[in-house]
Amino acid sequence: MTVHDLAEKLALRPLSVSDEERECSGVYIGDLLSWVMGRASCDNVWITIMSNINIVAVASLADVACIVLAEGVTLEENVRTTAEQKGINVFTTEKTAYEIAAELALLDL
Amino acid sequence: MNRYYYDLHLHSCLSPCADNDMTPNNIAGMAALAGLNIVALTDHNSSRNCPAFFAAAKKQGIIPIAGMELTTAEDIHIVCLFESLTDALAFNDVIDTKRVRIPNRVDIFGDQWIMDENDSVVASEADLLSNATTLTLDDVPPLVHKHSGICYPAHVDREANGLIATLGTFPISPVFGVSEFHDEDKVEAYRKLHPKLNEMRIVISSDAHYLWDIRDKKHYFELDDEPYSSDRVRREMFRMLKGELS
Repeated sequence: MTVHDLAEKLALRPLSVSDEERECSGVYIGDLLSWVMGRASCDNVWITIMSNINIVAVASLADVACIVLAEGVTLEENVRTTAEQKGINVFTTEKTAYEIAAELALLDL
Repeated sequence: MNRYYYDLHLHSCLSPCADNDMTPNNIAGMAALAGLNIVALTDHNSSRNCPAFFAAAKKQGIIPIAGMELTTAEDIHIVCLFESLTDALAFNDVIDTKRVRIPNRVDIFGDQWIMDENDSVVASEADLLSNATTLTLDDVPPLVHKHSGICYPAHVDREANGLIATLGTFPISPVFGVSEFHDEDKVEAYRKLHPKLNEMRIVISSDAHYLWDIRDKKHYFELDDEPYSSDRVRREMFRMLKGELS
């Protein structure tokens, strides 16, 4: 499934979209960035509530397909701009991490 | 110039996780026995035991620093130190409005005692002190500077609530001139992984929660103390930590 399809199916609000056609595979949920760096896999959908600028660096390092910010978390403008410059897809939604994950499970991601 | 042995991160019985024997006079007495000269009291999200600690430190001939270990919205611990008790208490009043109020469960988290200079309990803080405040990491330095203080990330070598564990590495902003380590043996390894540490002054402190955590004197600052006064030493230490001395 592409990032575009994912965003449409879950009604995610785009904050920074660089590559809508990026394929997603698997999900990682976590907020402690040192853990995410070591454990998220390439092409994962990464669900977090952390909005510090370091999420952009971690998303690049782990090469995740996109970041989904849960519970209505948004990005400061400078973080959003950096995400765009680094080609990181970021979405937000009011849903909790659990609700997002439950929907993703139904999509068989 | 003289050597001043320091420990800039200790908890009193006001911190729920600290031992009830961490009374202002016990801390000052133990610090004096350990040979420390400058000691900061940094309870979680509160400076309310600093007045009693100042009185206790005076009796022991120790230079006290009023501080706080602030928990940011990201659950990162930041050591905040202030040039005067008045500054710390004014900062404390602001932090009181930034706390997320959860009643303290003494059976789970422990007591949160505020003491007077005779180690008598004068009040108990009703809401849990150690949980995250609503202040983000970026919010903290400007607020601390406004109160003539300095702040820096606590125990960056620890998994729990350390900046590196939580954020993976140092963020672009805010820029900290100082970083605290709990374990000096870890400094070199961390410097290799996080070169930003090479531009920072490293402070080693105990983060003592029990009297026996207070370590014998080892780490010191060389401070210009002529003509001597404890105020002068304190001021010089802040100038050094703020990077105002060459």
